[in-house]
Amino acid sequence: MPVKVMIPTPLRAYAGKQESVQLQAGTVGEALSALTSQFADLKKHLFTDDGRLRSFVNVYVNDEDIRYLQKDQTPVREGDVVSIVPSIAGGAREGV
Amino acid sequence: MATKTEVPVATPEVKPAVSLSKEEILRYSRHLIMPEVGMEGQLKLKQAKVLCIGTGGLGAPLGLYLAAAGIGRIGLVDFDTVDFTNLQRQVLFGTSDVGRPKIQAAAEHLRNLNPTIQIDTFETRLTSENALDLFKDYDIIVDGTDNFPTRYLVNDACVLLGKPNVYGSIFRFEGQITIFGAPGGPCYRCLYPEPPPPGLVPSCAEGGVLGVLPGIVGTIQAAETLKLIIGKGDPLIGRLLLFDALGMKFRELKLRKNPECPVCGDHPTVTKLIDYAEFCGLRGEEAPAPPTTVPEITPRELKARLDRGDDIYVLDVREPHEYQICNIGGHLIPLGDLASRVNELDSSREIVAHCRTGKRSAQASEFLLKAGFRKISNLKGGILAWSDEVDPSVPKY
Repeated sequence: MPVKVMIPTPLRAYAGKQESVQLQAGTVGEALSALTSQFADLKKHLFTDDGRLRSFVNVYVNDEDIRYLQKDQTPVREGDVVSIVPSIAGGAREGV
Repeated sequence: MATKTEVPVATPEVKPAVSLSKEEILRYSRHLIMPEVGMEGQLKLKQAKVLCIGTGGLGAPLGLYLAAAGIGRIGLVDFDTVDFTNLQRQVLFGTSDVGRPKIQAAAEHLRNLNPTIQIDTFETRLTSENALDLFKDYDIIVDGTDNFPTRYLVNDACVLLGKPNVYGSIFRFEGQITIFGAPGGPCYRCLYPEPPPPGLVPSCAEGGVLGVLPGIVGTIQAAETLKLIIGKGDPLIGRLLLFDALGMKFRELKLRKNPECPVCGDHPTVTKLIDYAEFCGLRGEEAPAPPTTVPEITPRELKARLDRGDDIYVLDVREPHEYQICNIGGHLIPLGDLASRVNELDSSREIVAHCRTGKRSAQASEFLLKAGFRKISNLKGGILAWSDEVDPSVPKY
């Protein structure tokens, strides 16, 4: 199924500066794996070394958190929007 | 999910002595003539006590609108002083405030805006030691801070005390707003159990913020605070509002209370405030210092060697838009492109890498050392130090 994955501002640098990406997937897990195979740099920002979604990143299908659906097995249908929503702290610069 | 929220504000019936003066009735007349606020709502506002954490980009519009609306008692917590880079978005301050403690300039401005209210100032850093004591006298806490340790501290303190936390955060042109810690509602840790490790926080190359963004987000926080107090409308409880200023779009996501949440869940493991710097992987106030394996060169040494005619390839690893602000004639290869453009570099030549502060160029130097470059050093303190020590005509940003 063609689904749209929304890339949040802090991660766009690792996804070809795009705000959303169209992918073919049947589940959220497939959508994220298609995304990270297209943009390898995104992988370490989304997943831990043992392949779990990082705890400061949430994934939504439309407006629902996949932690309360079927996690990465959550099915996606044509027209669904998958959103990646990382925590942001605010402020202008982290002193780099 | 509750849509109406009980806010621990005394009602006018309980305190019949509270009323509005003739001057206050005139001041708040545009509130008084709308039924959603009216005399009852305005008296609730007058008796409300709100604590604002931070008087920066988010705290500025927040403080202004809360003071203007007639919140009876506003507490301000900040330890910072005003600097020139604040003025692009922190609209509580003017140019003449640069160098002053933010709390002082903010309180002065707000007292002038509304002399009928009480402004409490706390010129201190919020810590695990003082948070509960600071929060206990207020009904609502508004989080306008700019770092993860303080976000988790504010959240946990609010949950422990049972006080709502009106949350807003920003990044570049994107904002997130919600209310945490309301009775029955989720908390920050339900949404994000843990902060990102420091190394994964986006670097300053992707940093910065559109000046008006905290204005919009802070104003939404102010609106939610006022709604909680007057008990009208649908508060942003259990809803995460996302705002994108570039696309000019608002989106809303469902936010659920996590029964396994370590602080507000059924079996909490966090029952008192902890060391939040440690929790966020930071030791001390700042992010960890760059690795010291890379040799460093000071701006003065580099200048002397360039003047002497030494063959040095100056590599600038900042972003092109930063190069436009100022440069010292280095060859520009942004850090993110270095791996794919490494063949442009000549490993037989001596290379000095620099960025704004020396942090990104330390990463670049480390990468080049691993890639087999031997004659590489990092400009200590970056172009900022160059401006301080060698050429003051190079603007700082």
